Amino acid sequence: MTSEANILDPLQIAETWHRQGRTVALATVIETWGSAPRPVGSHLVIDGEGNFQGSVSGGCVEGAVIAEAADVIQSGAPKILEFGVADETAWRVGLSCGGRIRVYLERVDG
Amino acid sequence: MDIATLQRLNSARAARQASVAVTDLATGRTQTFLEGEPLTSEWDAAISDALRSGRPTLSVVGERSLFINVHLPPPRIVVIGAVHISQALAQLAPVAGFDLSIIDPRTAFATGERFRGVELIADWPEDVLPGRPLDRYTALAALTHDPKIDDFPIRAALEGGCFYVGALGSRKTHAARMERLRLAGVAAEDIGRIRAPIGLDIGAASPAEIAVAILAEIVAALRNRELGWGGEAS
Repeated sequence: MTSEANILDPLQIAETWHRQGRTVALATVIETWGSAPRPVGSHLVIDGEGNFQGSVSGGCVEGAVIAEAADVIQSGAPKILEFGVADETAWRVGLSCGGRIRVYLERVDG
Repeated sequence: MDIATLQRLNSARAARQASVAVTDLATGRTQTFLEGEPLTSEWDAAISDALRSGRPTLSVVGERSLFINVHLPPPRIVVIGAVHISQALAQLAPVAGFDLSIIDPRTAFATGERFRGVELIADWPEDVLPGRPLDRYTALAALTHDPKIDDFPIRAALEGGCFYVGALGSRKTHAARMERLRLAGVAAEDIGRIRAPIGLDIGAASPAEIAVAILAEIVAALRNRELGWGGEAS
């Protein structure tokens, strides 16, 4: 694989960041309903300073996931986050496409 | 996920080996299984389904809620001809998620300087392909215009069931190519699978634009492919 591919490969980036001594969280889309922008299995990787690569929604909810990642990195306890259209959920951010997604957020340990 | 599991997953992906990551959502523990490895009997069916379909899924096995993520090898593009279009295609392909390699026996074309960071094999396709057969995960783009170089890999790609076989050349060039393949005993149905002129018709003029047209046609072929090599078209 070339470096161009790695730039876009969150799992490779997660490993690289961990090797560099950064704290790392990995978010994965585990379930979608309706017209979700990114398919199940998509990844977003976040470090302890809020740097990120990849996407779970094509830009709609990344900000909220990144904020939650700080907690997960701190505590080490995984979380499941759910996002839907903005007004119908407890979350302040939502998906403009009207779909819903569930995201599994975990720390990369070791 | 612990780092050892992540490393194992990434190694498998780099080696083009199909793999499955199973996360127990209650405990957060993730295990990786590579295609062909013995499975734990309890998860056997769910993992096999994921590998077959290529679809990640939530699954309840026993009383556990599992997320099964599946990583199939990225489709590969094999380019015949280390030409100007290939230089642009080599830069674009990884961005769209394809592995790419280039074969050209002409050492004046196949130079490391022209193809930095690209897998480049300066040898005849006849000598290279038997050791690394074209498969259903592969797209072939024949770009030399030279029957001595292009014809063999085109036949090999049709025989190997490549999801895409494209060949550069005018309609006249392609008519001559079809006639040669027919005389060589290739079935009309197989000859009909060759995309020529190569690339989507977007009026591409420059080598870079032609590379975009070829890559777009390859994506369309991949997403609309027939079932059977690892999942439904989506």
